[in-house]
Amino acid sequence: MSHVLTLITFIPIAGMILILALPDSMKQAFKWIAVVATALQLGIAIFLYDNFDTTTSAVQFAEKASWMPAYHISYFIGVDGISISMILLTALIMFISVFASFGINRAEKGYYAMLLMLDTGMMGVFVSLDFFLFYIFWEVMLLPMYFLIGIWGGPRREYAAIKFFLYTLLGSVLILLAMLGLYYYSATPTFDLTELAANSSHYSIGFQRIAWIALFIGFAIKIPAFPFHTWLPDAHVEAPTAISVILAGVLLKMGTYGILRVNFAVLPAASYQLAWLFLGVIGTINIVYGAMCAMAQTDYKKLIAYSSISHMGYVMLGLAAFTAAGINGAVLQMFNHGTITAMLFILVGVIYDRAHHREINGFGGLAQQMPIYTAITGFAFFAGMGLPGMSAFISEVLVLLGAWQTHPIMVAFGAATAILTAGYLLWTFQRIYLGPLNEKYKDFPDLSFREAFTLVPLGIIVLILGVYPHAILGLLNTSLVHLNQVVLSTSGAAVAMLH
Amino acid sequence: MDLGNLASLRHFIPEMILVAGILAIVIIDLAVSDKSRLGPLALILAALALVAIGLEPASSGAWLFHRMLVFDSFAIYFRALIALAAVVAIWMSIGSEEVRGCDQGEYYAILLASTFAMFLMAESANLLMAYLALEFVSLTSYILTGFLRHNRRSLEAALKYLIYGGVASGTMIYGMSWIFGITGSLDFNVINKALSTPAHLPVLAVFVALVLILTGMGYKVSSVPFHMWAPDVYTGAPIPITTFLAIGSKAAGFALLTRFFFPAISHLAAGGSWTALEGVDWPQLLLFVCIITMTLGNLAALQQTNMKRLLAYSSIAQAGYALMGFVVLSNDGIRAMLFYLFAYYVMDAGAFLVVMIVANSTGREDVEAYRGLAWRGGIVPAVALTIFLFSLTGIPLTVGFIGKFYLFAAVIKGQFYILAIVGILNSVVSLYYYLKPIRVMFFEQPRGDEGTVRFEAWNYGLMGVLACATIVFGLYWSPIISFANRSLSFFTGAA
Repeated sequence: MSHVLTLITFIPIAGMILILALPDSMKQAFKWIAVVATALQLGIAIFLYDNFDTTTSAVQFAEKASWMPAYHISYFIGVDGISISMILLTALIMFISVFASFGINRAEKGYYAMLLMLDTGMMGVFVSLDFFLFYIFWEVMLLPMYFLIGIWGGPRREYAAIKFFLYTLLGSVLILLAMLGLYYYSATPTFDLTELAANSSHYSIGFQRIAWIALFIGFAIKIPAFPFHTWLPDAHVEAPTAISVILAGVLLKMGTYGILRVNFAVLPAASYQLAWLFLGVIGTINIVYGAMCAMAQTDYKKLIAYSSISHMGYVMLGLAAFTAAGINGAVLQMFNHGTITAMLFILVGVIYDRAHHREINGFGGLAQQMPIYTAITGFAFFAGMGLPGMSAFISEVLVLLGAWQTHPIMVAFGAATAILTAGYLLWTFQRIYLGPLNEKYKDFPDLSFREAFTLVPLGIIVLILGVYPHAILGLLNTSLVHLNQVVLSTSGAAVAMLH
Repeated sequence: MDLGNLASLRHFIPEMILVAGILAIVIIDLAVSDKSRLGPLALILAALALVAIGLEPASSGAWLFHRMLVFDSFAIYFRALIALAAVVAIWMSIGSEEVRGCDQGEYYAILLASTFAMFLMAESANLLMAYLALEFVSLTSYILTGFLRHNRRSLEAALKYLIYGGVASGTMIYGMSWIFGITGSLDFNVINKALSTPAHLPVLAVFVALVLILTGMGYKVSSVPFHMWAPDVYTGAPIPITTFLAIGSKAAGFALLTRFFFPAISHLAAGGSWTALEGVDWPQLLLFVCIITMTLGNLAALQQTNMKRLLAYSSIAQAGYALMGFVVLSNDGIRAMLFYLFAYYVMDAGAFLVVMIVANSTGREDVEAYRGLAWRGGIVPAVALTIFLFSLTGIPLTVGFIGKFYLFAAVIKGQFYILAIVGILNSVVSLYYYLKPIRVMFFEQPRGDEGTVRFEAWNYGLMGVLACATIVFGLYWSPIISFANRSLSFFTGAA
C-alpha cells in the first residue's frame, strides 16, 4: 500500500471520469458513483488513521516522483500530524455531502463531476508537500467551486460565485509570488516544503516578513479573516446545501492549514514576530465581529456563516499563542468546527428544502411539528456554543488556556464572546423552534432517513470528541509540538538578527 | 559562417516550399474550376513547411544571403510557431462560413505569402531586410483583413490598419536611418560592434532612434501606445485572419523585437543576463510600456460585449505579459517569453476557434449569443472555451498557467517586484472579463432566440486538439520548455 495517498487523492477523479463517460440518461448512476468514490476515500482515510504513527513528527506514507527536474518540482505527497486530521475531515465531510446533494435535480452529471473534482483538489492540498503541487491543487479547487455555486446556487449566485473566485484568485496569486520568492531565495532552490522548512534560517528576516504577509493574505482570504471575509456570507447564502457544508467544513480550514504548513514551518522567525498582530488581533476581531454580525442577521444561513467566521477566529487565536495547548487547540478546533458547522448547514438546508425561505422571523413553533429535527438542531446549537461534553468545548478551552499566557486581553475578548454566541444561537432557536406553530408549516414532515443519516454520524463524532478528544489530539500532538518548538527556537535568533 | 546565395538555400527549404506553394495555388486557381481543393492544398503546404523546419539540419548558425538573414535556433523556434499559426489559420479558413464565399485562390496564396513574410521577419539580420519583411507582412495583412469585400466592417478595419501601419512603418524606417547615420551600417552585427564603443556613443540620438524603431515593432506586437488598430482590425477581419494576426503576426513581431533589442544592441553577460547599452535606458522605457500595455488591455476588455473585441483587448494584455519576459533582460526572461508565446498560440487560437464555431451557426459574435450555450446542445464548445479562457487567465492545469509561472519566476528572479505585483493584479482583473462568457454560457438559461450550434467535425476536431494541448502541456511541458531553452542562442557570427 505504498500508493495509498495517491489513491485517496485521485479516486474522486476516477469517479469523475466515469461520470463524464456515462450518458446523460443514467441520472441515478451519477450519485451512486460519487457515493462509492467518497466511501472508498473514507475507508482509506480510516486506514490511514489506524496506521498513523503518532510518536513521530516525520512525514509518513510519503511518495515522491520527479515531475519537472529543471525547476526541482516533484510530485511529493505525505502526511504528518498537521495534515492527518484534515484528511480525515475531508473524507468524512465529502461522504456526508454527497448524501446531502441528493436533492439536486438539475444537470446532475455536471454537479457530481464537479463535486468529485473539488474533492481531489481539497485532498491534494492536504497531502502535498511540494509547494508547486500544493499550489496546483489549491487552484484546482477554485474552478469546481465557482461552477457549483454559479450553476446550482440561489438567486444571486452569479454575483456570489464571481466574488468568491475573484477574492480567492487574488489570494492565490499572492501565494504564487511568495512561492517564487521562497524558491529563489532559498539555500538550494527547491519547492520541497520539508526542505524549505529545514533551511528556513537561510532567509533574511526582512524577506521573511514580506513573504509571510503575502502568504498570510493569500491564506487569510480562505479562512476568511477580517477584513477579507465579505465573500463568505454571499457564497454561503447562494450555495446549495452540500456546497455550503464543504465550504464551511473543509475549505475554510485550508487557510489555517496553509498558515501552519507554510508560514509557520518555512518562515518561523517572521511567524513569531507577526503572529500576535495578524493572527492574534485579527483572530480576536473575527471572534467578536463575527458574533456581533451573526446576532444582527435575519437570514438563517447567513447567521451560520457569520458564526463560522467567529469560530474560525478561535483557530487563529490559538495559532498566535505559540504554546502546545494553543496550537493543539487550534487544529482540534479546525476539526470540530468542520463537523459542527457542517451539521448546522445541513440543518438549515433541511428547513429550506421545506419552506423555500430562510427568514428566521418567518418561522416559529417548529418543535411541535418536527420534534426530531428540533432535537438535533438543539444538539448542534449547544455544540456550537461550546457546551461541556461537546467537542468544541475542549478545543475552545485549549485555545483560550494556551493563549492566556501570551495574549490575556485577547483571551478575555474571546471568552466573553461565548456569551454573545450563546445569545444569538438561543435567540435563533427560540424564534424558529419555540412558541406557537406557524399555520403555514403544519404539514412539514420530520427528518427523512437520508437527512438523519447525514446528521447523526457528525453528532456522534461531536459527542465522542467531547469526552475523548485524544482520538484526534493524539494524532496531532507530536507534530504540532515539534512545529511550535521550531518557531519558538527561532525567536531568539530573530531577536539577535534585529539588533 | 557567411553563406552566399546558393549555399543559403540549404537552410531555406521551408520558405521555398511556401513560395512554390504560392505559385502553385495561383496557377491551379486559373486552371481548375473546383476551388474547394485549394484550402486543403494550402494546408498541406503549410504542414510541409512545418515538417521541413522540424527536419532542419542541426547547425550552430549561419548568415544567409550575404548577411541579410540569419539562421539560428532562435529563428527555428519562431518559424515553427508561425508555421503552426498558419496551419491553424488555414484549417479554420477551410471550416469558416465567412471565408467560403471569397476568392479561394487569392485568399490562400496571400495567406501563405504572409506566412513566408513572417518567416523572413523572424530571420532578419539587417535593418533593411527587417523593414521589408515587416512591410511585406503588413501589406498581406491589410488585404486579408479587408477580404470580406461586401462587409463594411471588414473594409473599415483594413483601411484603419493600413493607415496606422503606414504611419508606424514610416516612423520606424526614419529611426532606422538614424541608426544607419550613427553606426554607418544596417547589419545587426556591425551595429552592435559600432554601438559598443561607449566613448563615441551619441546617447540621446541612439535613444531617439530606438524609440522610433519601437513604433514599428510595437505596432506589430500591439503594445501600447500602438495598439489602437487591434480592436477594430480583430473585430472586422474574418475570424481565421483575426486568429492569424493574433498569434502569427504577433509572434513574428516578438521575434524581430527580441532579435533587434537583444543580439543587435545588447550584450550577453555571464550567467545569462543581458546588459543594455550604457546610458541608453530603453529597458526602463519598455518596462513602462509593458506595464501600461497589460493594464490598459485588461481594463479596456472589461467593458467589451463583442467576443472578438474582448479577445482583441485580451491579446493586447497578453502581449503585455509576454513583454514581462522581455524587460527583465535575462535569458530566463526570454525563455519564459518564448514559452508564453507558444502557450498563447494554443489558447488564443482555441478561443477564436470557438468564436468561429458559434459564428458559423448563429452568425453572431456578441457575448449574448453564448447565453446558456451549455444547456442548448453546445456543451462541448462551451467546455472548450472555458478551458481556453481559464488558460488565458493563468489558472493551473493549463498551459497558460505554466507560461505565467515562468514569466513570474523570471520577474522575481530579476527582482522586478513592482512588475510582479502589477502582473498579478492584472491577472485578477482579467479573470473578471474572461469569466463573462463562461458565466453567460453556464449560469444563464437560453431564452430560445440564440439559435443552435451545429456540430462540425472539421472544426470540432481542431478544437479538441487545441483543448487537449492546453491541458496536456499544462501538466507535461518539458518538451516545449526544452525546445525554448535550445532556442535561446542567437547567431552573431562570433565563433
